[in-house]
Amino acid sequence: MGKNESVSIVLCGEAGQGIQTIEAFLIRLFKAAGYPVFATKEYMSRIRGGSNSTEIRVSSRPVAAYVDRIDLLIPLDADALSHLERRITSNTIILGEAAKIKPPEHRPVIDIPFSRIAAEIGNPIYANSVAGGVVAGLFGLDLALVTEEIEGFFGVKSPDIIQKNKEAAVKGFHLGKELRETGRVVFEIRPEAAVSDDIIVSGSEAVALGALAGGCNFVAAYPMSPGTGVLTILAQHAREFAIVAEQAEDEISAVNMALGAWYAGARAMVTTSGGGFALMTEGISLAGMIESPLVVHVAQRPGPATGLPARTEQADLDLVLYAGHGEFPRIILAPGNLSEAFYVAQKAFQLADEYQVPVFVLTDQFLVDTYYNVPRFALDRVSIKPQIVETTQDYRRYVLAPDGISPRGIPGYGTGLVGVDSDEHDEAGHLTEDLELRVRMQQKRMRKLEAIRKAADRPKLMGNEDYQTLVVGWGSSMEVIKEALAEIDRPELAGLHFTWVYPPAPEAIHYLRQAERIIMVENNSTGQFGKLLHAEFGVAVDHRILKYNGLPFSVEELVREIVTILTEE
Amino acid sequence: MMGVELYQNKVTDISWCPGCGNFGILKLLKETFHELNIKPEELVMVSGIGQAAKTPHYLRCHFFNGLHGRALPAATAIKAANPTLTVIAESGDGDMYGEGGNHFIHAIRRNPNITNIVHNNMVYGLTKGQASPTSERGFKTPVQLYGVANEPFNPIAVALALDASFVARAYVGDATQTKAILKQAITHRGYALVDILQPCVTFNKHNTYQWFREHTYYLEDDYDPTDRVAAFARALETERLPLGVFYIHPKATFEDHLSMTDGQNEPLFRKEPDLAKLTELLRTKQ
Repeated sequence: MGKNESVSIVLCGEAGQGIQTIEAFLIRLFKAAGYPVFATKEYMSRIRGGSNSTEIRVSSRPVAAYVDRIDLLIPLDADALSHLERRITSNTIILGEAAKIKPPEHRPVIDIPFSRIAAEIGNPIYANSVAGGVVAGLFGLDLALVTEEIEGFFGVKSPDIIQKNKEAAVKGFHLGKELRETGRVVFEIRPEAAVSDDIIVSGSEAVALGALAGGCNFVAAYPMSPGTGVLTILAQHAREFAIVAEQAEDEISAVNMALGAWYAGARAMVTTSGGGFALMTEGISLAGMIESPLVVHVAQRPGPATGLPARTEQADLDLVLYAGHGEFPRIILAPGNLSEAFYVAQKAFQLADEYQVPVFVLTDQFLVDTYYNVPRFALDRVSIKPQIVETTQDYRRYVLAPDGISPRGIPGYGTGLVGVDSDEHDEAGHLTEDLELRVRMQQKRMRKLEAIRKAADRPKLMGNEDYQTLVVGWGSSMEVIKEALAEIDRPELAGLHFTWVYPPAPEAIHYLRQAERIIMVENNSTGQFGKLLHAEFGVAVDHRILKYNGLPFSVEELVREIVTILTEE
Repeated sequence: MMGVELYQNKVTDISWCPGCGNFGILKLLKETFHELNIKPEELVMVSGIGQAAKTPHYLRCHFFNGLHGRALPAATAIKAANPTLTVIAESGDGDMYGEGGNHFIHAIRRNPNITNIVHNNMVYGLTKGQASPTSERGFKTPVQLYGVANEPFNPIAVALALDASFVARAYVGDATQTKAILKQAITHRGYALVDILQPCVTFNKHNTYQWFREHTYYLEDDYDPTDRVAAFARALETERLPLGVFYIHPKATFEDHLSMTDGQNEPLFRKEPDLAKLTELLRTKQ
C-alpha cells in the first residue's frame, strides 16, 4: 500500500518511557477519527531500558500486517535511530527532540522540543501528550476531537492532570498543524472503511474474550510471556463473570487443575508459551487417556529453551502436535487475525466438550501483542451447548460408543458414579490389564479423530480460483500473506490459509493438487506445517519461505521473496 | 445397600500384597464414610500413582485417578468447581511428598477444603523397593545400596511451617484412633493433612508393625492443638513419633476467596455463561 493509503508511524525508545501510552492514545484517537488502525510492537525482555518500538499503521482500508517501511518516526532516545537504522530511508520523516536523540548528519530531524513544552506546562511527563498532539496536527485531525479523546483517555485521573494533558496536546497539535500547513510534512489519507462500530482489542484480549464467549469459567496458569496476557485479562474479569482464575505453582499444576475442573463440570483452559507447555505434556496425555476436554492456549515464542522471551515464532507446532506419550486425538487451531482469535477461542471450548479431546489455540507473540480495530464480535454466532449428561445408577464413563464419544457425566449431577483413570480402564473407568479390552478402548479413542476430521474447517483461499502458484500459510501469517499477494497482484497467484491446522480438512487436498507450485510461508526454520501437509496429503512443497529471527514477516520482505521465486523460473 | 457395604466396590482382584497396611486404611475409610454419612454420590476420591493410589478403585464412589504426584491440583480444582462435593486426595509418600512435593507445599498455602490422606510406608512399593522421601537414613534398597544418605522428609513439620489448617499423623494399626482422626480431618473446614503410618510387608523389613508400635505414642489429652510452636517441637521428635492431631488453625479456604462461590457453594456447571455481561464488556472496547 502506498503512502496515501497507509501511513506507518513508529515510536521508539526505552521501556518505561511511555511509548505504550502514546501508542494507546493514538490508536484511540485515529479510530475515533474514522481510520482503521493497526499496532504491533517489538520489545526487549526487560522492565526498563533497552530499545523498544511500536509500529502504528493508519490506513484508508483495514490492514493487519507488519511493514518494514517507516513513514513517520518519533524517536524518544539516543539509541532509537541506530536501533531502527535498517528501516529508515530518505522518505522517513523523523520528528523529535534533536538534543535528545543526537541524529547523525545524514539524518535530518524535524526538531520539536517535547520535553521543554511539557516542562513549561508543569511536568516532563506531559511530553507524551505533546507528541500525540503533534501527530494529530500532522494528519489534519479535528482539534475538538483531540481534546475530547484526551478527556476520555485520562478520564480516571484528576481534573488538573487531564487539563495539563489537554494543554500539552493542544500545543503539540498546533506545531503539527503548522508543519502540515507549511507543507513540510503532509500525510493525505482518507478513511474508506466504516470503523465507528468496530472494537479495538489486542490478540490476548481476543483470545480471552473468545474464551468467555465459549463459556470458560476456569483458568489456571503459571506466568510466561507471551501467554500471560490471557491469564491477566481473565483474572481482571473473574469477579464480574464469576469465574475461577488461579495462578498455579507451576504449569504441571495448572494443567492438572484444568483437568480436575473439567471433570467436575467446569469449562477450563490453561495459557502458556512453549517452555511452560513442555511441562504440561504429561497432562495432555492424561487428557487423552481420561478423554477429558481441555483448552490449551500456547502463545509461541522462539526456542529452544528460554530462547527469545519477547519475540515471535511459529516453531511449536510439532510440539503441540506430538505432545504427550501414547496415541490419542487432538485438535490444533491457529487463528490468522484477531477476529479469528476470538471465534477460534470460543469454538475451542465447544470442540473440546464435544469430542472430549485437548484443543490447542496456537498463537504467537506477534498475534497476542498486536492490536487493532475489528468488527464487534458477534455473540449471536456463539453457541454454548454443554455436553454433560445427567447420570443414572448404571452409568459408565467409557461406554464403547460407535463414534468413540461416550456420554460424559460429572460427579454431583445424577445418581451415577463417575470414575476416570490414567491407567487403561474398563467402561466404568476402573483400571484393567485385559489386553483385548485395551485394544477396543484404544480403537474407541482413535475413532474420535475420524469424526473430528470430518468436522474440520477447510482452509481459506485468498485470491483467484484459477491459480497456478499457491502461497500456503497457517496461524498469524494470514494477514501479511494477504497483503503481500494484493501488492504483487498476479492472477496466477493465490494464498491458502489454514486456521484449522490439525487434523487438516480432507478437502484441502483439492486446493493443494490444483497448484503447480506450492510456496510455504512459515515463521520457523524447518517448515513444520509443510511437513505436516506432506505427511497428511503426500503433496510436496516446492519452495519454503522461512523466517526465524524472532520477528514477524513484513509485507515488503514477503513480496520480495515471492517475486524472487516467481521470476526464478 | 446398607452400612459399609455402600462403599464396597464389586472388585475381586486387589493388587496389594497380603498383610499390606493399605487393607487397613481401606477398611477404615469405608467405616469413616459410613459413620459420617457421606454418600458415594457426594464423594470424590482423587489419587495419583502407586499402590496407595489404587485405593479409589476398591471403593464405591466417584474417583479421579490421575498422574503421579498430581492429585492435589486436580482435587483443588474439583472442589473449586463443585464445592458441594467431599473431596479427598489420597496417595502414598512417594507420590505426595516426592513427585508431588511442590503441589503439597502450595496446596497447603492455598487451603482448599479437602482432605489429604498420605499412606506413609517409607518405601516405594509399586516400583519395587526403592527409597521414598520419608525413608530413614541408612535404609538399604536395591538403589540405595549403602543406605539412604538424604535427610528424611518431615511432612508434619513442613505442613506446620506452612501454617496448614489441620495437621495429623495416624498409625493404621490403631483402628479406633485413626478413624477418629480421619473423621476430624474430613469434617474440618480447610486443607487437612493425615499422614498415616503403615508398614510395607514386602519391601520395608525395618518399619514393621512391631517397629511402629514401639516407635509411636499419642499426644496427651491436654495437648493444645492451637499452639503452633508446641506442635512444631513435637513434629521434630523422631525417636518416638507422636500420633494424633498436631495442629488446627481454622481460616478462610481457597473456595472462600474465589469470587464465584460467594459463600453460596454453587457448582460451576449450574451457572450459565453471562453473554449479556460480555456484550457490555465488548461495548467498552469500541
